[in-house]
Amino acid sequence: MKTKFGVKEVVAIGIGAALFVALTQVQIPLGIPNTYLQPRAALLAFLAAVFGPVVGAAVGLIGHALGDIFFYGSAWWSWVFPEAIFGFILGVFAKKYSIKEGGFGKKEIIHFNVVQIIANAAAWILAAPVLDILIYKEPVNKVFLQGVAAWLGNVIIIAILGTLLAVGYSKVGAKSSSLTKED
Amino acid sequence: MARILTYEERDTWIHRLSGVTKLIFFLLWMLASMLSYDTRVLLTMVLGSLVIYKMSKIEWRQIGTVLKFILFFLVINLLAIFAFSPYEGVNIYGSRTDIVHLFGNYWLTKEQLFYEFNVLIKYVTIVPAVFTFIITTNPSEFAASLNRIGISYNVGYSVAIALRYIPDVQDDFLKIKHAQEARGIEMSGKASLLSRIKNTASIIFPLIFTSMDRIDVVGNAMELRGFGKHKKRTWYAGKTLKKADYIVITVSVIITVAALIITFHDGNRFYNPFA
Repeated sequence: MKTKFGVKEVVAIGIGAALFVALTQVQIPLGIPNTYLQPRAALLAFLAAVFGPVVGAAVGLIGHALGDIFFYGSAWWSWVFPEAIFGFILGVFAKKYSIKEGGFGKKEIIHFNVVQIIANAAAWILAAPVLDILIYKEPVNKVFLQGVAAWLGNVIIIAILGTLLAVGYSKVGAKSSSLTKED
Repeated sequence: MARILTYEERDTWIHRLSGVTKLIFFLLWMLASMLSYDTRVLLTMVLGSLVIYKMSKIEWRQIGTVLKFILFFLVINLLAIFAFSPYEGVNIYGSRTDIVHLFGNYWLTKEQLFYEFNVLIKYVTIVPAVFTFIITTNPSEFAASLNRIGISYNVGYSVAIALRYIPDVQDDFLKIKHAQEARGIEMSGKASLLSRIKNTASIIFPLIFTSMDRIDVVGNAMELRGFGKHKKRTWYAGKTLKKADYIVITVSVIITVAALIITFHDGNRFYNPFA
């Protein structure tokens, strides 16, 4: 799939990553070490769904790396790359959701959520634990449990917040075309 | 939002280095510390990064809160590793020296302690380097450096915009949060999980929608000025490489190569004192 990379995408990545970093602090604890319900995941899902795979992947990569560095003093790379993978997979189907065109209805909501569950699984149950083991040699059962917890947390927050964001923005975006001509 | 690391202007030889140099050093340093699990290499790197940190004259107030947070995170991670896999070290080093029996199936072993110590210093190695990098590098110059090491200026600009807008977005976030709190929305831990999600949404929605407008405004402004028309750009904040830069780059390449050779020469990432 070919997506054009223009000025808007450059800016979307920049401001999207800034939002992602700012939302790093907004976390709702889940009760497993270093794993939280993260509204920033919903933001990433939303941006990827609106702007496509390149913006999705870049916001995930830059946002997560900068957020880690600013708040934790070091980037946990094995979790930075999965974030990019997630943004990319979700963004591939951006045209299908037609959020900007105001066509984000029931069918698209289901499609969006099915894709986000699969993309989250690929990122957090597959990529993140494998990278944790390759780079940091952490215990296998620990990283997989953390991965599953992150997957669950992200799926929940995206299903609620991500869907609502897309629906809301779709309505705002649709305003211009919802005018009817007066007789 | 004081818990964030920011650039501060000062005049040390590290500040005067070009952003490219510091970026290359930083990336190589991370690479070496990521790949190596050799205790000797990691300890040397910890010492090295402490020396650099000292020379950059960073003050405690600039990093104190972030550092406490990192230590907290590290302790939890180390405890979690022990809880999930008390014999990871035994598996890695292939021997077992018990120290004390804790409870049930949990024995404290020397190998486990040594393994967790390695996990700790692996992380600690990077921290002073990151602090030094962020606090001594001007964000605009950082974007120029990305372009200099061969990354497309579009990407450099995205990063520059991200760095430029982080404080703005944080400001917006606080303003919206205060406004919502004034309307009686509970943001603390007292609320239930579902209502906390709902309350978070009441901040995030306006924040994201105003940011979407901002993307349009900034994008249009850049388009009007012909951004992206040509293949190359010049940089206002870019610095030319001087003698000190070349020395630092050479030294960091040598250190990285040496670290990797020492780590992998016996075909194992781990240094084994128990063998």
